[in-house]
This record gives sequence, C-alpha cells and structure tokens, in this order.
Amino acid sequence: MHRDVMRGRFKAATPYLLVAPATTLLCVLFLIPLLQTIALAFRANGAFSFANFATMAGDINFNDAMINTFEVVLLAVPLQVALALGMAMMLRHLKHGRDIVIWIWSIPLGISDLAAGLVWLAILTDHGYLNTILYRLGIIGGPRSWLTYETPTTLLIAIVVEEVWRATAIVLVILAAGVQLVPKEYAEAADVFGASPWQRFTRVMLPLLRPSIQTALILRTVLAFEMFATVMALGGRNFPVLMSQTFNAQYAQQDYGTAAAYAVLIMALSIGATLVYLRLLRTPPEQLP
Amino acid sequence: MTLRHMTLRRGVFLAGVATLCAWVLVPIYLIMLGAIGGEATVNAWPKPFWPVTWSLAALRQFMNIAGVWMSVLYSVEAASLCMLIAIALGAPAGYALARYRFRGATGFRLFVLLTRAFPVAILALPLAVSFIRLGLYDSPIGVGLMHSVLAMPFAVLISASLFQAIPRELEEAAWIFGCSGPGAFFRVVLPLALPGITATAIFAFVISWNEVFAASVLTVRHRTLTAYLLTVLSESPLHTQFAGGFILIVPSVLFILLVRRQLFSMWGIASR
Repeated sequence: MHRDVMRGRFKAATPYLLVAPATTLLCVLFLIPLLQTIALAFRANGAFSFANFATMAGDINFNDAMINTFEVVLLAVPLQVALALGMAMMLRHLKHGRDIVIWIWSIPLGISDLAAGLVWLAILTDHGYLNTILYRLGIIGGPRSWLTYETPTTLLIAIVVEEVWRATAIVLVILAAGVQLVPKEYAEAADVFGASPWQRFTRVMLPLLRPSIQTALILRTVLAFEMFATVMALGGRNFPVLMSQTFNAQYAQQDYGTAAAYAVLIMALSIGATLVYLRLLRTPPEQLP
Repeated sequence: MTLRHMTLRRGVFLAGVATLCAWVLVPIYLIMLGAIGGEATVNAWPKPFWPVTWSLAALRQFMNIAGVWMSVLYSVEAASLCMLIAIALGAPAGYALARYRFRGATGFRLFVLLTRAFPVAILALPLAVSFIRLGLYDSPIGVGLMHSVLAMPFAVLISASLFQAIPRELEEAAWIFGCSGPGAFFRVVLPLALPGITATAIFAFVISWNEVFAASVLTVRHRTLTAYLLTVLSESPLHTQFAGGFILIVPSVLFILLVRRQLFSMWGIASR
C-alpha cells in the first residue's frame, strides 16, 4: 500500500523531472540574460533612465540603420514569400526528380548568412563574376564597383538579392509543408466547377495556406530585423543596420548600455511585426483545417 | 488543348525548375572557384568560369590558412557541445510533452517557443559579462552553451512530435511483457525515434556552426570559424575569405542532403 502511494507520487512527478533540465537551462541562459538586458537598457548612473536610448538615437548612423533595416525587410520578405509560393506550386506539378529538386532548393537553408554574404561578394566584387559577364557582353569597359558608399542603390539591391537567394528556402519549406496538408480533392472540385488554374491558386490554395504564410512571414521578418553578417560581408561600414550598430556599441565602443538599448529596440520591432501579422492574417476559427 | 501545346507548356515549366536550381547552385560553384583557385584566380580579370589555375600550390595555400583551420576546430567543439546539450535536455522534455498530461505543459511549450522569438543580441550581450565572471568567456564551451539555447526550441518541439508519432500501445505492450518504464523506452521507443533524433541533432549542430553574432561577442582569441571570418573581413585577402566561406558551406550542403526526408515534416511541425 505504502509502496503504491510512493509509486503514484513518483509517476506524477515524472513529466516535471523530464522537463526540469531544459527549463533550468532556458531560465539561466535565456530568461535571466533577457531581464538583465532590459534592466541594462533602462538604467544609467544607477537610476531608471532613457539615457541609453537617447545616446542610441543620437548616433549619426542611427537613422541610416533604421532606414536600411526597414528597406531590406520590406523589399526582401515579400519577394521571398512570392518566390517560395511559386516554387511550392512547381513542386506540386513535378513528376520526376522531385526528391533532388527539393534537395537543391533547400540547400540555402543550411547556409549561414556570413557564408552567403561571402558567396555574393565573390560574384559582385570589382573583379568578380558579374562584372566579367557584363564585360564579355560589352556593357562595361572594365572592373566596376557595386558595393561602395557611392553606390547605395546597387548595394541595397545586392543585399536584397542575397537575402532572397539564402532565405527563400526556409519560406519554401514552411509553405511546402503547408501545401502537403491541403487535400488534392479541393483543387479537383474547383476544377470540376470550371475554375481556371489562376483562380484555383488564389481562391482555393492561398486561403488554405494562410496559417503557413503567417508563420513564414513572422519568422522571416523577425530574422530579417536581426540581419547582420550578410551586411557586414557585402557592405561593411557602408551599410549600417540595427544589428551592426549593436555590435559596434558592444564591441568597438564597449558601451554596453547603448548596445542593450539597440537589443531592446530590435526586440520591440520583432514583437510589433509579429502582432501585426497575427492580426492581419488571422484565420477565422471556422476556416481552420 | 493540343499535344504540342501541352509539351510546350511542360518545357517552359521544366526550364523554370532548372533555372531555379541553377540560381541556387551556380553561386556556390563560383565561391568554390574563388576558394580553390587561390590568389591567382581572385585577381584574374576577366574571370574564368572554370578552375584553370587549379594547381597544387593554390590548394596548399588553401590548406595552410592557419587561422581558418584552428577556428574550424573551435567551431566543431562548440557545435558538438550545442548538439549534445540540445538532445540530452531537449529530447526528455519533448517526451514529457508527447506522453504526459501535466499542469504547466502549455506554459512550458509557450516558454520554449518564446526563446525562438527573441533576437540573439538580447541574450548574447549580458552572457558575455556573466561568462567573463565564470571563466567561460572566449572558449568554445561558452559559445556552445549559448548556442544550445538557440537549438533548444527545435530539439524540444521536434522530438515531442517524433514521440507523438510512435503509438503508445507499443510501449504498453512492452510493459505487459515485463519491461520497466525506462526499459520499454530504451528498447522500444528510442530505436523507432532514432532517425528523427539524429536529424534533430544534425540540425542543432548546424545552428551552432552557422551562428555569427553570439560567437563574435563571446570570443576574442579562440574564435569559431564564423567569428574569425567576421573579424578578418576588412583586412584579410579575398581568397582567404572565400576559402573560409566555402568551408562554412560544405557541411551545410551535406546536412541538407542527410535530413532532406525529415525536413518538411520537421518544419511543418516546428512552425506550428
């Protein structure tokens, strides 16, 4: 009898014992640092203050960093979603070699932003492959720079192209996973009722994919606000973004308060974007699959 | 629709698929040229599109970039630690979520998801200070620990769905035949879940292998490959950078090859 009670208690405790190590790790290495950063950001000379945020906003590069970050997010994320949607639809119609195409298209998923930045640096540098092609076609007479302070437009385009090259794969995988859940009968039914392929896509597929699109948008936007190594590889100091400003404050200037203020700003932007997407792309309960 | 029309459409479609494949692969091929060609290729103009300068000297130059190989070692150490922690701590938590109904399960799930939503900067900055105090600063161990936080949500949620997919009845049958609770887990459930857990482990490894910001903030001399490449960006010759970038890419391509079958189910679940 006594043994059974002990056993029952032990059984009730089992899930908590299993969860405890992960929870401890996340408390020590996630929750505490998170609170420390927030405390650090709102504190100056031992009292509550917005001084760190004032220093941050007063930096000569702050406005550029804000504008650059938003420009890349607003240009790259919609392109990634559109391209990934197209690719997911193509996968549906592919009869042979689907496996290898999926593999090739998902390769960038495993490539770090730094490596991807270096890949495009190899293409876009003065003596790079793009200039070689343009030279062979007779469009330019010799090596030309695309990634300098004097060429802000091409530098922005280069970064957007790199982002589309690297991060479309993650959107594709999320959307393709969503497409797999859509029953084939839906498209067939639409077909029977005389819907054109385009109508089938916009009226049937897109609404059903809304939860996946929402997830992909949230994930990509949050990660795009954190963009860092790509920009450092392609633009260096010529293209300040929020994350590189954070890095400079922490590393070059050793101004931890301002670095924390940047981190809090990036967090606030991420949360804000997530809330916007959750609201705009809300799926009514009756439409849930 | 005529047959000719159909084949034409099919042709356009397949050309589109092929173009998108080239869009992914050609840039990787080009950085490989930059990496193995050495200085000669990097300075060549106009650039050759095949490895003409492929020579032993260039390859030796590539193998001898001391900083790169040392930092590869640190990267492997950090990523292995990240992988071990993520699986050792994440898989049990995933099993608890899959098999037990307990108070706080939803809260725990949300807490785990939350870690993924926060920018890495917000964690890395104070951890740098704490790690200095603990003697973990500037070591692959500190970097691996930090990265295990990033890998944890994937490890927990993916292993939860893996265990959920294994019928509870199998475990119960093992109990009836006299297996203890842990015995049934290790003899019946674990072997079935192993391929998925291996894929998750590889995934955790790559998360750490690829991470740049935290690794750069947490190290000074014992830099991992990403941190090393970031610091030498403005000063080292281009062929060194391309070599480093190419070394970064190779494991990633292999990783996708290994886990491609699990990729969609993994993401389908992890993104819910």
